[in-house]
Amino acid sequence: MRGLMNKLVSRSLSVAGKWQQQQLRRLNIHEYQGADLMNKYGINVPKGVAVSSIDEVKEAVKSAFPNENELVVKSQILAGGRGLGTFQNGFRGGVHIVKADQVKDIAGKMLGQILVTKQTGPQGKVVSKVYLCEKLSLVNEMYFAITLDRKTAGPLIIACSKGGTSIEDLAEKYPDMIIKVPVDVFKGITDEDAARVVDGLAPKVADRNDSIEQVKKLYKLFCERDCTLLEINPLAETSSNQLVAADAKLNFDDNAAFRQKEIFALRDPSQEDPREVAAAKADLNYIGLDGEIGCMVNGAGLAMATMDIIKLHGGTPANFLDVGGNASEGQVVEAFKILTSDDKVKAILVNIFGGIMKCDVIASGIVNAAKQVALKVPVVVRLEGTNVDQGKRILKESGMTLITAEDLDDAAEKAVKAASK
Amino acid sequence: MARQASRLLRSLSSQFSHRKSPLSPLHSRSFSAAPAPQPAVFVDKNTRVICQGITGKNGTFHTEQAIEYGTKMVGGVTPKKGGTEHLGLPVFNSVAEAKSETKANASVIYVPPPFAAAAIMEAMEAELDLVVCITEGIPQHDMVRVKAALNQQSKTRLIGPNCPGIIKPGECKIGIMPGYIHKPGRIGIVSRSGTLTYEAVFQTTAVGLGQSTCVGIGGDPFNGTNFVDCVTKFLADPQTEGIVLIGEIGGTAEEDAAALIKESGTEKPIVAFIAGLTAPPGRRMGHAGAIVSGGKGTAQDKIKTLREAGVTVVESPAKIGVAMHDVFKQRGLLN
Repeated sequence: MRGLMNKLVSRSLSVAGKWQQQQLRRLNIHEYQGADLMNKYGINVPKGVAVSSIDEVKEAVKSAFPNENELVVKSQILAGGRGLGTFQNGFRGGVHIVKADQVKDIAGKMLGQILVTKQTGPQGKVVSKVYLCEKLSLVNEMYFAITLDRKTAGPLIIACSKGGTSIEDLAEKYPDMIIKVPVDVFKGITDEDAARVVDGLAPKVADRNDSIEQVKKLYKLFCERDCTLLEINPLAETSSNQLVAADAKLNFDDNAAFRQKEIFALRDPSQEDPREVAAAKADLNYIGLDGEIGCMVNGAGLAMATMDIIKLHGGTPANFLDVGGNASEGQVVEAFKILTSDDKVKAILVNIFGGIMKCDVIASGIVNAAKQVALKVPVVVRLEGTNVDQGKRILKESGMTLITAEDLDDAAEKAVKAASK
Repeated sequence: MARQASRLLRSLSSQFSHRKSPLSPLHSRSFSAAPAPQPAVFVDKNTRVICQGITGKNGTFHTEQAIEYGTKMVGGVTPKKGGTEHLGLPVFNSVAEAKSETKANASVIYVPPPFAAAAIMEAMEAELDLVVCITEGIPQHDMVRVKAALNQQSKTRLIGPNCPGIIKPGECKIGIMPGYIHKPGRIGIVSRSGTLTYEAVFQTTAVGLGQSTCVGIGGDPFNGTNFVDCVTKFLADPQTEGIVLIGEIGGTAEEDAAALIKESGTEKPIVAFIAGLTAPPGRRMGHAGAIVSGGKGTAQDKIKTLREAGVTVVESPAKIGVAMHDVFKQRGLLN
């Protein structure tokens, strides 16, 4: 599903802009949370109950699904490929359709277990909740998505009358089946826009007016909740002539966290790298990698370039870390703690070119961090930019054993050398 | 309708006031002299700048730095603080007021994310020539509206948001870049990154070439100015003899620039560096890190496309200045 969206989105997004939709900072939420949110907006979703324990399973089956013969049991992790994944306990498949009396048993094999899929990496992700859903008899499967398009400077609705797992092939073979409807961001979605989308979806049995209303509701959710992506695949028709969002992926703009407190409270830190969770708490932009040289840089572009040059000199970066422009001394200390807590790290490279970031703030942060955390590995520091002289002086007067570097090449070379000792 | 009419009247009256006086130059008043020529690349020594958010922490610090650099800072805007003075400059409640009193034609915005989009809109409505928005973290849905509004007019140019700003060394510094690393010179630099730009500046200064104008277009998907806009200006600017382009993985902005460069047939040396060549696929690296997914937007693709357009692409970020110097040497452009 993800691959298709990338392709469609990359085709539809403007070439005049910079970042593709998925490449931005955005929040991911669980399937059951997405369903709950859509339900609040009056969007049809399969009936479902999220459970965290066997007792809750029993209760849910009894009260919510008293008449169902079969139910779908879905592991809730923030990664795709669940159906084909394997649990660390040996159980296969993160999504199962089972008879009602087997639900407890199957859910028991999933709850609290680690599920490994193509997208989780070998360490897998823990399944804290399982989503029990009604099994729908679906007449037809379509594709629907809303994203923000640079070319039209507004929301873009993408619809295809054929959804499901083969849609990637379809997008390649029959690109004309993909309908794109840009929405005027000032006018909002008009009835005509929604009707065009429904025509593009070409539902077989669902009521046309109802479907138009569903599209408008999806758009409303997309805008009101600062979504960067809302993808429904499949958007299906039930035998009772309704459109239903059988599976949805919602991403939310991190920049909107200040005004979407309810949404961002849904964040599940158990699904994230603990180093990244700690970094996020300190408002640091951190991504854990596998190498030996811990990096602390200001500015994402420079941070990536630092990783590039470390590799060019034969080293391996342990992480990406952008302390940003407004980092306080406290954040620098936190950054240092995160880097030094990584066992793989054999040397640390601090590469700061201060613009809005001041070199003396970084320097004070490094000195304070060294007081709080035992520095077991060599630290290479390259400072340049705003208040560089003060920064260099603070480091010198601290008496810390630091390796100073003059430019990027020098810094990378020294870091690689220090890590290989 | 009334709005259009009043705009028309305003533009007509400003044309009138710019008409050359029939009197000899000695007797003509200054306001009837011909207006200063448009800057080659958005800003120059004549640009008059106000600061939106001047009384805030970042606004204060960077306005001080700008004044020190020699930028023509003429005022600031902080709602409710109009009528006061800050850093020796008059503070106004609105951009329109500030523009009217100070004859500013540009603004720099250091306003926090929840209010920044509105600040950009205000500057646009006041019809400033240039707005530079430094703010990082503006919600995309807000910026989409700003972008849509920008597309409906042609008076105001936006640079940013989430950018370090623009500098014409020796003449005008609008933004957070450290002024001292720059040197008036021959190279135009355009970049999505902030601090990586400073590296390129540092290096081009070190090899003696200096910079004509440096534009940081910023890290957001909905922004006001892109590579193509800047390269177009650089190609036409006689002071810009060489161009440095700093890109990153993701999106297709570098490919667009490559197409423009190829079509232009320019002989100006162009050097590029694309950050993120070694970034692992599928991971997002901050604002600037695009996920390299589905084979699109890879650094390899960009490097290839740029090379096909005749651009010298360096693999090491430490070699940008040296590479430009080499090309200049090869083409007999040194001394």
